[in-house]
Amino acid sequence: MCSRSLDMTTSRGVSAALVAGLAVMVLACGPARAATTSRELRVCADPNNLPFSNEQQQGFENRIAELVARDLNSKLTYLWWAQRRGFVRNTINQNKCDVLIGVPSSFELVRTTVPYYRSTYVFVTRDDRHLKVASFDDPRLRKLRIGVQLIGDDATNTPPAHALSRRNIITNVRGYSVYGDYRQPNPPARLIDAVAHGDVDIGVAWGPLAGYFAKHEGVPLDITPVSPQIDLPFLPFVFDISMGVRRGNDVLRDQLNAVIEHRRGEIDRILQDYGVPRIDVGRAGPAT
Amino acid sequence: MARTTVVLPNLKIKLAGSLLLAALTAGCSGSKPADEVAQTPGNPTVTPIAGRTNGGAIASEAEDGQWVRPAKNYASTRFSGLNQITAANVKDLRLAWTFETGVLRGQEAAPLVVNSTMYIVTPFPNYLYALDLTKPGAPMKWVYKPGPIAAAQGVACCDVVNRGASYADGKIVYNTLDNQTVAVDAATGKEVWRTKVGEINLGESMTMAPLIVKNKVIVGNSGGEFGIRGWLTALDLGTGKLAWRAYHTGPDADVKIGPRFKPFYADDKKPDLGVKTWPGDTWKIGGAGVWGWISYDPQLNLIYYGSANPGPWNPEQRPGDNKWSSTLFARDPDNGDAVWAYQMSPHDLHDYDGVNENILLDIPINGQTRKVLIHPDRNGYLYTIDRTNGQVLSADPFGYINTSSGVDLKTGRIKYVDEKGPRMGEVIRNACPAAPGAKDWQPSAFSPMTGLIYIPHQNLCQDVESVEANYIAGTPFVGMNVKMSPGPGGNRGFFDAWDPVARKLVWRIAENFPVWSGALATAGNVAFYGTMEGWFKAVDAQTGKELWKFKTGSGIIGQPVSYRGPDGKQYIAILSGVGGWSGAIVAGGIDPRDSSAALGFVNTMTDLPNVTNKGGTLYVFSLP
Repeated sequence: MCSRSLDMTTSRGVSAALVAGLAVMVLACGPARAATTSRELRVCADPNNLPFSNEQQQGFENRIAELVARDLNSKLTYLWWAQRRGFVRNTINQNKCDVLIGVPSSFELVRTTVPYYRSTYVFVTRDDRHLKVASFDDPRLRKLRIGVQLIGDDATNTPPAHALSRRNIITNVRGYSVYGDYRQPNPPARLIDAVAHGDVDIGVAWGPLAGYFAKHEGVPLDITPVSPQIDLPFLPFVFDISMGVRRGNDVLRDQLNAVIEHRRGEIDRILQDYGVPRIDVGRAGPAT
Repeated sequence: MARTTVVLPNLKIKLAGSLLLAALTAGCSGSKPADEVAQTPGNPTVTPIAGRTNGGAIASEAEDGQWVRPAKNYASTRFSGLNQITAANVKDLRLAWTFETGVLRGQEAAPLVVNSTMYIVTPFPNYLYALDLTKPGAPMKWVYKPGPIAAAQGVACCDVVNRGASYADGKIVYNTLDNQTVAVDAATGKEVWRTKVGEINLGESMTMAPLIVKNKVIVGNSGGEFGIRGWLTALDLGTGKLAWRAYHTGPDADVKIGPRFKPFYADDKKPDLGVKTWPGDTWKIGGAGVWGWISYDPQLNLIYYGSANPGPWNPEQRPGDNKWSSTLFARDPDNGDAVWAYQMSPHDLHDYDGVNENILLDIPINGQTRKVLIHPDRNGYLYTIDRTNGQVLSADPFGYINTSSGVDLKTGRIKYVDEKGPRMGEVIRNACPAAPGAKDWQPSAFSPMTGLIYIPHQNLCQDVESVEANYIAGTPFVGMNVKMSPGPGGNRGFFDAWDPVARKLVWRIAENFPVWSGALATAGNVAFYGTMEGWFKAVDAQTGKELWKFKTGSGIIGQPVSYRGPDGKQYIAILSGVGGWSGAIVAGGIDPRDSSAALGFVNTMTDLPNVTNKGGTLYVFSLP
């Protein structure tokens, strides 16, 4: 019963109390000191996807994972796997790890925690262009060269790609595969590079990606949240982000909820360090 | 020896004579090196027969008792001229021996038989086994392990399948999931050459079986969902060096469209359509790979194959025909030059790849013998196309279709039904056929004895609607929930016999699950196929009557083959091991509650795990 992992699919009675899960572990494994060395927080993460995570553990999800592991008195271990189609199926659902640090709160494939940040898709432009585009209905979008990311899942794509095509803005839009060339560092960042290099006039990207690379490009970039926040019929640009555990692992989910509650200030500071645009009332992020 | 006893009843004399001669020739030349046959493309036995509806004719190769190409022959008939096993005695068929591959993923490959050795390619990690047919139980001679990089699993679409190998010039040649074409010495199992032809880190992967034509190995890439640019590539058989590459999007020079290119329809005749039918530079990541089959006509010296669907943009984001996706090509194998092209599904809306098999037949049409190719497409139409010039002679529905209302033979264009096209934010219900089409990769067979094509296929429709947030590589988005369900009749699969001359269904067997295995037809008047429950079945090729069946250990999505063993007996072989797109729920261990997984296929396959488990076993059958 001295499980090396947090794969605890015990009864809901246990999960009801936050500390109960830990207590069970401690009791089952003997002295608390032994438990600290045997307990593992197994995280599945992309090895090449800053600002979220990388194998050198330089991403904000790496930082948050360290925080969680510390709080749960666990040893942090990773399974590295490219985060694309089949990621959930091949990793957490095969019990190769227990936690995904960042998934949308309404993600159905895993059990999600309470949200710990909300961000938005943003327009990214060079400061020196003074474009200040803030809406998909800005008429200049019919002329500007626009970069968006492509998923390539049949029948769906990123929200900006749909928002532009439903406005019949098509020929001036260039697609950047979110998968990119995996030999290069952080392939999704090519979209932000393209804005900095002037390959496109404006990019529309998920906030955390844009916020981080805007600070790391050679030229100053402007980040503006898109509007509308939800383009009807139902095309949202704003997403709550949670941690995810396997379905049924309510014990761990409850523990993570507690960590998020207790460590909210530290999480906010990490997100701020990485320039994550916030539209929730994060203590460290800009409220709107 | 038994092989000299050739009896072909119920057969027209001209065709019978041809086959009889071929069988006798093979029977007298047992010691002839196999590659002589494999390497002699210019000696087809063409037997045109006009008149009766069952009188198909075909540019066939002599029956030598082997199986050296994915589809048995260049015409891709998957017809074995062996006839010991007949409709009368197949009921006595029994298990001769088995072989466990040890790889429990979808087994889609056809075993090859060259001289007295059988070769099997497994799914990732793409082992190649050689089995000694001269010894009892066919023990392993060697195994070759190419060592593809593990990351290939993460970028491969669907399941990590492999559709098999080709043999020529003493070499077994096949593709690994991570884009390496390898040539292995058929005798020793030693690698002769390996060539990296694609880049896994750009989303490319390879699952198709190469075709070897003269001194060229012809291969293509997969990965349309990942923003690849599709191509067909020829490598030198002796050295593995790249001979030519033809892309399926981009300027004419890249597509190898030049002075020899004479498509039949006006829509295809303008310059640089591979650029101009896409907005901006979206053609650069336009998809249109090649993961299906290649056929070859030695007389015309043309290869035939289809390209995959366009991607990764959604339809509304890529207005235009998106050439040359979902397109049939005829090319010169020596230099890759395109001779004609025909796009089945311009501006594809439904994931209708054009990669399915092309069976090359010479059949009577309006009193004339025409050189045609028969192509049962994912979009639900069985195309009969003049293979000399790309003219569509007919396009008949072979499955239930409501996404289009026919094909205009004057223009060659499919007539889409607008209401069934996918649109963001709207629910589209009951679009048929579903994304895997009325038929996917699983190849048909043709029997010159019955004149019938045996078509394994599926019967699926789909609903498409927006769902909760989804997530890839740090990008949240609203997913589209594709849920497939059985088509009219409630069963999910069919095994059909189709008369290509009369252009009609002759008989049909309804199966509960999609029939995801290939078909085999034999001179014994028997047709073989497998079901996803694991039944391997023999039916009367004339009537469809079930004659025999055997329950294998896992669902069958492989390709049955027939060969003559060193003992002179006829054998039938099939790999059992469920998987692929349709069987991902078992092979990939997908949660049945995740109804939109495997791009919606899981929704209609939730009962599959109740009837089969993973597997990876070869079954070989013979008469007592």
